[in-house]
Amino acid sequence: MKKNNIFDIITILFVVTAIYLVFFYVPEEKTMGIIQKIFYFHVSSAWVSFFAFLLTFIFSILYLKKNKSTYDGIAFSSAEVGLVFCTIVLVTGPLWAKPVWGAYWTWDPRLTTTLVLWFIYASYLLLRKFIDDDQKKATYSAILGIIGFIDVPLVYFSIKWFRTIHPNVFRSGGGLEKSMLYTLLFSLFAFTLLFINLLVKRIKLERLYVEIKKIKFNRGLD
Amino acid sequence: MRAYFTTLIRIFYKDLVLELKSKDIINSMLFYALIIIVIFSFVITSGSKVYNELSVGIIWIAIVFSGVLGLNRAVLIETVNDSIVALMLAPVDISAIFFGKVLSITIFILLMEIIIIPVFTVFYNINIFAEGIFPIYFLLFGTYGFALLGSLFSFMTIKTRAKELLLPLLLLPLIIPILLAGIKGISLYMGAETSDDYIKWFKLLVAFDIIFTLVIYMLIDKIFEE
Repeated sequence: MKKNNIFDIITILFVVTAIYLVFFYVPEEKTMGIIQKIFYFHVSSAWVSFFAFLLTFIFSILYLKKNKSTYDGIAFSSAEVGLVFCTIVLVTGPLWAKPVWGAYWTWDPRLTTTLVLWFIYASYLLLRKFIDDDQKKATYSAILGIIGFIDVPLVYFSIKWFRTIHPNVFRSGGGLEKSMLYTLLFSLFAFTLLFINLLVKRIKLERLYVEIKKIKFNRGLD
Repeated sequence: MRAYFTTLIRIFYKDLVLELKSKDIINSMLFYALIIIVIFSFVITSGSKVYNELSVGIIWIAIVFSGVLGLNRAVLIETVNDSIVALMLAPVDISAIFFGKVLSITIFILLMEIIIIPVFTVFYNINIFAEGIFPIYFLLFGTYGFALLGSLFSFMTIKTRAKELLLPLLLLPLIIPILLAGIKGISLYMGAETSDDYIKWFKLLVAFDIIFTLVIYMLIDKIFEE
């Protein structure tokens, strides 16, 4: 119990510090101005969502191998939390793009792949919603978790080749200024902590849910 | 190995006989595909710069959408009288049953393509085989990849509460590589002037098919394990 509280406080401290760094420490970018500051949270969320989907992939395989419902809980929780961060990426991206590129959206490979990724994991959650049987739910979603993840590089390359006629709008030249790099790394770390924290909470919630279901079942309430 | 293919062919034969009797699947797919081709004619104009690419895209959209329709029907007939349970109880390799189903769905969609592509050629004034027969390979491998993932997910979704509602939602995001390879590959091939760029797309398509054939071969037992 205590351990969780400490972890919460650490997470909050890190996220607040990250916000502080982004707003007060790091200098404004020369050409893009203040809007560029969205970059730190945008990239961090993107990293977290990819990491979350990787976890879903790994725990889906583990579930199919070992058949333990804990693994399914982790895979599912990770996909759900990952989808939240993926949504953040898709919302912050256009906000940044409008003043800089002049359009909210371009069909750049990275953008499109992220959107497809969002669709795949949204359908993953949808699939779970429509299955009542727990065993089936876990198996089917594990299969989707595996196939969906393997599909992502194929989607990326196909979209990348498909769009070669268009100039690549998003190419970072030169590299980052030191203070910007530090801020980015710090927000990456803070977001990863936030993700782990949320994931742990979500897994616990799932476990409680399963437990309640079991109790209800044992007492003949369900 | 021989027994494996015997099972696979038997399943295919069973589906074929059933289909020849009722013609439910092929007729509804065909009609739907034709409707899509007609509807999309309102969207594009022939003067357009990317006319080839757009039109090839319409073929693929017709194939994919009517394919989804056909997939649902083809798997649904297995649930009548719970015949799928009987299939699962048979002392044969489950993946052979699955791939037999994939084969029959692939053949059904290919049969539909044989009819809609000439119609398409008439309506849109485009012959995708004008430069040679290579687009056939795109259609073959693309259709197989689509039928492969499609059969997997329809066997999954058919047992959910949503039934056929869920299939396109799961399937369409995943088959984007097939769609893009099919559209771009064929239209590059027809464009002809840009050398061998279409080969790259063909390789992507083949890679897609191989990867998912292997992955599904490894996973398929889990789906029917009950």
